[in-house]
Amino acid sequence: MTTWPILSVTTFLPLVGALIVYLSRGDDEAARRNSRWIALWTTLITFAVSVILVMRFDPSNPDFQFVEKANWLATGITYHMGVDGISLPLVILTTAVMPFCIIASWKAITSRVREYMMAFLILETLMIGTFSALDLVLFYLFFEGGLIPMFLIIGVWGGPRRVYASFKFFLYTLLGSVLMLLAIMALYWNGGTTDIPTLMHTAVPRSLQTWAWLAFFASFAVKMPMWPVHTWLPDAHVEAPTAGSVVLAAILLKMGGYGFLRFSLPMFPLASHDFAPLIFTLSAIAIIYTSLVALMQEDMKKLIAYSSVAHMGFVTMGIFAGTMQGVAGGVFQMISHGIVSGALFLCVGIVYDRLHTREIAAYGGLVNRMPLYAMTFMVFTMANVGLPGTSGFVGEFMTLLGTFKVSIPTAFFASFGVILSAAYALWLYRKVVFGALVKPSLMSMKDLTFRECLTLFPMIALTILFGVYPKPVLDMSAASVQQLVNNYNTAVTAMKAAALLQ
Amino acid sequence: MSFETAGYQLAPVLPELVLAVGAMALLMLGAYRGQETTRTVTSLSVVLLIVVGALVYMQPAGRQVTFGGSFIVDDFARFMKILALIGSAVTLVLSTEFLSDPSRRIFEYSILVLLSTLGMMVLISAGDLISLYLGLELMSLALYVVAASNRDNAKSTEAGLKYFVLGALSSGMLLYGASLIYGFTGTVSFTGIAAVATVSNVGLLFGLVFLLVGLCFKVSAVPFHMWTPDVYEGAPTPVTAFFASAPKVAALAVFTRVTLTAFPGIVSQWQQILVFVSIASMALGSFAAIGQTNIKRLMAYSSIGHMGFALVGLASGTVEGAQGVLMYIVIYVAMTLGSFSIILAMKRNGQAVEQISDFAGLSRTNPLLAFMFAMLLFSLAGIPPLAGFFAKWYVFVAAIKANLFTLAVIGVLTSVVGAYYYLAIVKTMYFDEPAGEVDPVRVEVRTVLAVAGLFNILFALFAGPVVSVASAAAKSLF
Repeated sequence: MTTWPILSVTTFLPLVGALIVYLSRGDDEAARRNSRWIALWTTLITFAVSVILVMRFDPSNPDFQFVEKANWLATGITYHMGVDGISLPLVILTTAVMPFCIIASWKAITSRVREYMMAFLILETLMIGTFSALDLVLFYLFFEGGLIPMFLIIGVWGGPRRVYASFKFFLYTLLGSVLMLLAIMALYWNGGTTDIPTLMHTAVPRSLQTWAWLAFFASFAVKMPMWPVHTWLPDAHVEAPTAGSVVLAAILLKMGGYGFLRFSLPMFPLASHDFAPLIFTLSAIAIIYTSLVALMQEDMKKLIAYSSVAHMGFVTMGIFAGTMQGVAGGVFQMISHGIVSGALFLCVGIVYDRLHTREIAAYGGLVNRMPLYAMTFMVFTMANVGLPGTSGFVGEFMTLLGTFKVSIPTAFFASFGVILSAAYALWLYRKVVFGALVKPSLMSMKDLTFRECLTLFPMIALTILFGVYPKPVLDMSAASVQQLVNNYNTAVTAMKAAALLQ
Repeated sequence: MSFETAGYQLAPVLPELVLAVGAMALLMLGAYRGQETTRTVTSLSVVLLIVVGALVYMQPAGRQVTFGGSFIVDDFARFMKILALIGSAVTLVLSTEFLSDPSRRIFEYSILVLLSTLGMMVLISAGDLISLYLGLELMSLALYVVAASNRDNAKSTEAGLKYFVLGALSSGMLLYGASLIYGFTGTVSFTGIAAVATVSNVGLLFGLVFLLVGLCFKVSAVPFHMWTPDVYEGAPTPVTAFFASAPKVAALAVFTRVTLTAFPGIVSQWQQILVFVSIASMALGSFAAIGQTNIKRLMAYSSIGHMGFALVGLASGTVEGAQGVLMYIVIYVAMTLGSFSIILAMKRNGQAVEQISDFAGLSRTNPLLAFMFAMLLFSLAGIPPLAGFFAKWYVFVAAIKANLFTLAVIGVLTSVVGAYYYLAIVKTMYFDEPAGEVDPVRVEVRTVLAVAGLFNILFALFAGPVVSVASAAAKSLF
C-alpha cells in the first residue's frame, strides 16, 4: 500500500484548484467558462480522492485512520490529521456536495465568476480540514477560517439584505468561537498539548470541564444553530446565493454537531452529563418552536432554514442522550439532513432562477408545467417530513429511540416535531406545486433542464437508498460511536460511583 | 586600567556606533550638497539601516553587557532591534514618493528617521533608567520634527506640536517616576532595582506608576492615547506608517524589559495596572474606531487596540507572556506596514484619498489591492488562518496560564467588536459600487505590500521557526 498523504491531498486539492482558477486570467465569457470547468473538475477529483479514503477505511477500527503528523508550532501544537468513523462520513458529504454546488451556480452566477469559484474552493478546503484536523489549533484554524469565504459569498453574491446577513453571520459565529478559543487555551495548559487524541485521554478537572464545556457550547450552539441563538441562520440562508445556502445547510451546520461529538462528549463527559438536561430542553424547544415559526413563513428559503433548525434539534438531542442509538442516529441525521436540506435549497434555487422570487404566494400549480420538478420536490419534502423509506426517517427515529431511554419527556415533546414538520413541509409543497396554474408569470415556466437533473437525481437516489438501506453510513461510524459511547458511560458511571461512596 | 577592561567594551554597541556615524556622514552630505541629494540620502539611509541590521544579526548570541551595565545586548534586544530597523527601513522606502515632491525635498527627513532609530536601539538595549531616558528622548525628539515635516500643511504642524507638548509632559512624568525610583532604591540599574524592589513600598510604587505612565504614552495605551488619532491623521502618511511601526516596537520592548527585569519582585503591583490599561485600550480601540470615517484615524484607534492586546501578554508577567508580546509585535509590524502601504497606494488622479468611502468597490477596480487589504483587515481582526490570529493566540494563551481569565474574556470579546469595523471596510471594498478608478501603484509600495501581505497570509506555514526565535528571545529576559 502506498503511503502518500491521502487526507492532506483531499484537504488541500481544492486550494490548488483555487490557485489554478486565480491564474486563469481574463474577464470575458471564455475565462468565466474556464473557471467554472476548473472548479467542477477540482471538486470532482477531490471527491474521487475521498472515495479512495472510503475504500481504504477500516470500519472495524474505532481509532483515527490515515493519520498524518508533522511539526508545526513548537510546544505541543502539531499538524495532525486523521479521520474516524464520525468524521469520515462528513468529509465524504463535503466532497460529494461541492460538485453539485458548482453545477448549481453554473448559470445563476454571472458576475465575478472567478472569485466566486475561488471562494467556494477555498471554503471546501477549510471544511474538509475542520472535519479531519486532529489538533485543536489546527481545527480552530479551519473552523474559523471558513468564515472569510462564506462572508464574501453571502455579501458579494447575495440578495438585497446581504450586508446585514453577512455581518450577522460573521459576528455571531465569531462571538461564539472566541470563547471556545479561550477554552482551547485552558485545555492546552491542562494537557500540555492541543493534540485531540491525547486530550481525549487526559483527565480534565471537574470545574474546568464545566467552563470549557460552556465555552465550546457557545461556539457550537451558534454554529449548529440551537434555539435561541439560531437567528442568524434564516437571514444568512435567505440572502445567500443558492449554492451558498446549500453549503451552509449541508455542511457548515454539521460543524456544530461534529464539534459536540468530537470535543464536548469525549473530553468533558461529566459536564456533558450535567448539562444534558439543558441540551434536551433547548432541543425540544427548538424542534417545536422553530417548526411553528416555519409554519408562518412566506419565504421558501426561510421556511427551510427554520426546518433546518428543528432538524438540528434532533441531532443535539440524540448526541447528548449518550446512547448508542442516539449518537449513531445523530451522525446519520447529520448526513441525511445534509443531503435533504441541500437538495431542498437546490429545488428553491431552481424556481428562483426562473421567477426571481422566493415568495411562496407567487407560486402555485407548478405541477402542471413542471411534472419532473414536482416529483423531485416531493421526494425531498417527504424526506424532510421523515417519511419511512426516506433517509430523514432513519435519523429522526434513531435519535428519538436513543433519547427515549434517557429522557422520556424530551422524546415525547420532540415527537411533536415530526407532526409539525409534516404540517409545514406539506403546506409548502401544496402551495407551490399543487392548485390551479392561474398566475400568468408561471405559464412559461420550463421543467428541469439536464443540468438541474444532474444535480438532483443523484440526491434522490441517495435519499431513498439511505432510507431503505442505511447500513453503509451506520457501519462506517459504528465502531467509533461505540467507543465514544463506552468512554462516556464509563466516565459517568465512575463519577456516580464516586458520588455514592462519599 | 584601560577603558575596555573596566566593563566598557565597544563591540556590543558597534551597530549603534555605525548608525550614529553614518547618520552624521549623511547629514554632512546633505548639508554640503543641498536639497538635490534628498534621493541619494534616502537610498543611502536605507542601505545604512540594512547594514546595521546585518551587524545586529551577526552579533554573538547570548548576553553581553557594557557601559557598566547600562547597555544590554541579549537575544531579546537583537530581536527587537532587527524588527525596529525593518520598520524604519521599510517606512523610508515608502517615503520616496512623499520626498520626491519638489516642495518637500527635505533630506533631513531621512536623517531624523535614522537618529530616531538610533534612539530606539539605545532604548531597546537600555539597562538602566538613564540610558532608557536618553534613548527615549533621542527617539521622541526626532519623531516630533518628522511629524511636522509637511510644514506648509496646518494639520501636519498641528500634529507635530501636539505630539511634542504631550510627549514632553509624559517625559516629565517618566523622569519624575525615575527619580522617585532612584530615591527609594538607591540605584538606577534594572538589576539593582530588582534586587531592592522585592517588597512594595509606597514611594517605589509612585515611581513605578509614573514610569509606567510615560511608557504607556509612548505605546499609546489608554488613558494616555489622546494624541494618537490626531497625530496619525495629521502627519504625512509615510510618517504615520513610521509612527505605527518602529517606535511602537522600541517602546514595547523597553516596557517589557523594565517591568520584567526591574520589577519582577512586585509583579502583582504592576500587573493590576497593566490589566486595567490593556482592557481600557482594547475596549476603546474597538469601540471608538467604529465611528471613524478617515482610514488613518481608524488605524490610530486600531493601533491603540492592538497595543492593548500586546499588553495582555505583558500583564501575565511570565516568560510565555514575553513571548506573546514578541510574537504580537512582529505580526503587528507586518500588518501595519502592509495596511499603510495600501493607504499610500490609494490615489485618484495623483491625489491621496483617505476616506473609508473612497475604498468603495475597490475589489472591482483593483482586485489584487482589495484582496490584500481584505486579508490584512481579517488578520487585524484576528481571524485564522492569517497571521493576526497567531498574535492573539500567543498573548491570550499566556494570560490564561497566568489565570487572568477576566482579562482574557474581555479581550476576546472586544476583538469581536473590533472585527466589526474591519469588516465594514471589507464590506466597502467588496459589496459596494465602485467609487472610481485608482491610480497605478508605485513599484516600491507594491513590493512592500507583496512582502507584508504574503507574510500575513502564509504565516501559518512558517510560524514554527518564528515561534522558536521569539521563545529564545523571551527566555533571555528571565
